[in-house]
Amino acid sequence: MQLRVRALETVLTEKGYIDPAALDLIIEAYETKVGPHSGARVVARAWSDPAFKQALIEDGSKAVRTMGHESRVGDHLVVVENTPTQHNIVVCTLCSCYPWEVLGLPPVWYKSAPYRSRAVKDPRGVLADFGVNLPKETQIRVWDSTAETRFLVLPMRPAGTEGWSEERVASLVTRDCMIGTGLPKKPDQKPEELR
Amino acid sequence: MDGVHDMGGMDGFGKVAPEPDEPPFHAAWEGRVLAMQRAMAYAGAWQIDVSRSAQERLPPQVYLTASYYQRWELAMERNVTERGFADADEIAAGHALRAGKPLQRKLTADLVQQGMTRGSFFRQAQAPARFKPGDRVRTRKIHPPTHTRLPRYARGRLGIVERQHGCHAFPDAVATDKGDSPQWLYTVVFEGRELWGADADPTIKVSIDAFEPYLEPA
Repeated sequence: MQLRVRALETVLTEKGYIDPAALDLIIEAYETKVGPHSGARVVARAWSDPAFKQALIEDGSKAVRTMGHESRVGDHLVVVENTPTQHNIVVCTLCSCYPWEVLGLPPVWYKSAPYRSRAVKDPRGVLADFGVNLPKETQIRVWDSTAETRFLVLPMRPAGTEGWSEERVASLVTRDCMIGTGLPKKPDQKPEELR
Repeated sequence: MDGVHDMGGMDGFGKVAPEPDEPPFHAAWEGRVLAMQRAMAYAGAWQIDVSRSAQERLPPQVYLTASYYQRWELAMERNVTERGFADADEIAAGHALRAGKPLQRKLTADLVQQGMTRGSFFRQAQAPARFKPGDRVRTRKIHPPTHTRLPRYARGRLGIVERQHGCHAFPDAVATDKGDSPQWLYTVVFEGRELWGADADPTIKVSIDAFEPYLEPA
């Protein structure tokens, strides 16, 4: 595959369509700049600032743009809030749509057939694969990303974090809890248990 | 099209297997593929639904066994050749044998910052929205042989319009080179039992984002 990709890149470069130096910078951005730490900052701000949280729920793109992220967030970001009665999970059954600007590149499992096929039919089973077991009365809402809207889950703030700084609560926010396949870390969780 | 890409609700693919400490890319070529796709999209060579459509048209056995970035590469080769940006003999040779086609613009290193921002899919409405939040709707039972974003598991189903997202470019038209054909977009939510039958977990609801042509009043 490496040779095949190299062949296509050479042809497109020689044709004048693409600039390999620009490709280098795009790759570097995804390797070093864009990632779930961006989403974690958004979640931590929402946990710390009720006005921001309200703005975020009303218009995710607009609210996130006020935070000055490295990579400007485009339109169509929708933030969905977990509550004591409802848990949200995001999937894209048709391809692998994912909020790259706030979470970085999607993990392989998100793009895999097991996740894409089962999340809409057996979300509790999928959650169990991640070691997450919710109370049986919790309503589960699956968001299938079938258009250009992109969904970010706003998890519930973990108990025992009262008075924590925004930066400190951000350290509890995992990528998976913003997809809905995980929960935030607990404040007393030991490092080796983290994922 | 009713392809294997439309996986929602299929059985037999097994457990979800998260990879601990997963790197952004598993091989250097994956990054090249991603970045090439970005650069060609920025240049206006094709729109995102044209890429999706090319992946969906891969033979099913290829789609299911190729990795994510392998699919991107195969779909890109297909779009490059089908749309006349290069010929198969050039890709086989690994060199351009003829001059390129003019493109709208080129993503050069100094422009990468703006090339990283997703475009907007909002478009000027052509007609008032037919539905509003709270409306009961039924998704149409359609089986177009071309690209659509109405998944099979959600066709012919009764749901409730929950949100309206404005008017967007319509993937079904874009992928078949019929222009943006702007359509209103809605989040439509279904009870798990409506989708999966009486034995389904009653605590589950699933939503899709549905373009207006996918819906009729119910």
